[in-house]
Amino acid sequence: MPETVTPSSRITRRTLLKAGIAGGAALAMLRWLYMSDGQSATPSANPTSLDASAREILAAIVPELLKGAIPPEDAFGASAEVLAGVERAIAGLPPATRKELDELFSLLAFAPTRCLVAGVWSSWPKASPDAIAEFLDRWRDSGFALLRSAYGALHQLVLAAWYGNPRSWSAIGYPGPPSLEFGA
Amino acid sequence: MTTTPLRPVKLPDPFQTGLDGGWRVIDASTLVADQMFEADVAIVGSGAGGGTAADILSAAGLRVILIEEGPLATSSSFHMREESAYPELYQESAARKTEDHAINILQGRCVGGGTTVNWTSSFRTPPSTLQHWQSHHAVKELGQADLAPWFERMETRLNISPWTVAPNENNDALRRGAQALGIASAAIRRNVKGCWNIGYCGTGCPTNAKQSMLVTTIPAALERGATLLVRTRAWKLEHANGHVDELVCASLDSRGTDPTARRIRVRAKTFVLSGGAIGSPALLLRSKAPDPYGVAGKRTFLHPTVVSAAKMPQRVDGYAGAPQTIYSDHFLDSAPLDGPIGYKLEAPPLHPILVATTLPGHGIAHAEWMRDFAYMQVLIALMRDGFHPESAGGTVNLRTDGTPVLDYPLNAYFWEGARRALATMAEIQFAAGAVRVAPLHASGASYSSWAQAKAGIAALPLQAMVAPVVSAHVMGGCPMGADPRRAVVDASGRHHYLDNAYVLDGSLFPTSIGANPQLSIYAISAKLASALGARLRRGAAGGD
Repeated sequence: MPETVTPSSRITRRTLLKAGIAGGAALAMLRWLYMSDGQSATPSANPTSLDASAREILAAIVPELLKGAIPPEDAFGASAEVLAGVERAIAGLPPATRKELDELFSLLAFAPTRCLVAGVWSSWPKASPDAIAEFLDRWRDSGFALLRSAYGALHQLVLAAWYGNPRSWSAIGYPGPPSLEFGA
Repeated sequence: MTTTPLRPVKLPDPFQTGLDGGWRVIDASTLVADQMFEADVAIVGSGAGGGTAADILSAAGLRVILIEEGPLATSSSFHMREESAYPELYQESAARKTEDHAINILQGRCVGGGTTVNWTSSFRTPPSTLQHWQSHHAVKELGQADLAPWFERMETRLNISPWTVAPNENNDALRRGAQALGIASAAIRRNVKGCWNIGYCGTGCPTNAKQSMLVTTIPAALERGATLLVRTRAWKLEHANGHVDELVCASLDSRGTDPTARRIRVRAKTFVLSGGAIGSPALLLRSKAPDPYGVAGKRTFLHPTVVSAAKMPQRVDGYAGAPQTIYSDHFLDSAPLDGPIGYKLEAPPLHPILVATTLPGHGIAHAEWMRDFAYMQVLIALMRDGFHPESAGGTVNLRTDGTPVLDYPLNAYFWEGARRALATMAEIQFAAGAVRVAPLHASGASYSSWAQAKAGIAALPLQAMVAPVVSAHVMGGCPMGADPRRAVVDASGRHHYLDNAYVLDGSLFPTSIGANPQLSIYAISAKLASALGARLRRGAAGGD
């Protein structure tokens, strides 16, 4: 069980201000980049697959989001299944939502915004687990509704992909759906 | 002598039998050319409103065509698996969000609409809600006495009856905790027949026990010759001089996400909008239906809901057993309608994806709560929105691609109620034996006693996407009423400015219901559809 925490210790005025200044500048910059390059805001031509940079980002954040949940003895295999699940889930979303996610992954992939908005200073495959954990905490507790909603999107995609996978069920005591066919 | 090996016996799927018998169902994702259909009545949406209307209007001898955006999925394809059911049967894969992403909306999108995936809770519209509609929204025709025969009719039609099986532990904890605190609770009636009490209503009933539109009204309409178009998105009403001539639809691809180039035109004498409280206003907005006072899509309500999770000392197994069987209206009944926001308490089904995505946070803290999944007890508080000047609901807007998105700001009036509700739920959960309670919140705050929870919840910073808010009830947006400055349709459900367009679904409501809305939608749609059927028959006979 998690210990009781004082929420005000996480969402402090100072983190709010810090996120405000860095985030505000970065978002303005991103908007400018999009306006100067129409291509980057266009969803990928093939809506059923993520591009390589989005996969890299997910591969980096999945182990942190699911720390304590995926089995350490097969973290790699489990993460790959989560990635595939996320990809399937995105393919099932309407075009407007896919476009939003595409923008989010572009923001995280583009080095200047990755540094300024996400606070991750090395490329995703090289980022340390601590740096990624800090990024996730920062966005979850951000004073910016936009960053909290972006965190929410990653949270929902990744957790759904893992807990929809029967491999996750025994650890949580869920037996799966009952069999309804006689004689089966 | 040979023995016959045991073979699995499949459960019956009456809808498939009907299809084999020649029911007219067309999957627009398979069309290779544009199509045109004609009917007496075109009904957009096959949920609680559209299904009821299709049954009644086809029984009145009218040629009916039903237009459904989602797929046809029937009991033999209901596998009780969230990861396939959510993308298939729900709007936006059960991840539909309000515009700022603060509220996650569960809304059905399949043949039968919400009724195919809902949790079977059946309540008559609370009398206090109907009185409020009379006194504040000039809706004179929906008094308790006016609706009583329609409630009875739909209760009979859908076998809505008391659920006498013992509640599962998740619901029993609500009953026990409330009782310990002297708070009234009661059993929820359900629209089931021969229910197996397995607990997978939300992924489509695999045994056809749930008396959804999929197994009741829609089969009846198809049997009478109605046509059902699926994966067909009603896009635009073509209208001129206050009269709708045609409905233009787009076919969706086989994943159900993207429109194809195929267009389907439906010509009809009468058009019924039953696309739900986001879909129906959106169709009117896309069609640029006359709306001089800008009413369509405003005052859309959600029963925005906050959630409290508890760890019990014993297994709860909240995934098993009928999902919502106990409720408490204490915090609706004990407060004036137009005062601080009131709330209804219920205990939802707990399945891994639903729980994991609603629990905030990640990593070790999240994993620890999930490890206790089978010991988890969850309460929800559904806020009764729309009864106070500070509770004006949301607004349906159109994105640049024409699809709808609901803007629903969460204001201080809502959060004040949310805080009271989180405290209430924690107190009930401790009274029921909880060893730890977490009012869902990004901080991960959790408490081991009621005293600690009371102090902690009073100090929690509550705001959008810090405390998760969910909704499974979308209502309003095309309110009924005599005054076109405040209402989209009149008391008969007819659009104030389009003489052959009607709205028959939850978007008719001038406020939220203050209870799970399916029975309100059934009864009001049945009343209005019956009157419409009688009028259209008279018209066909050369009268009026």
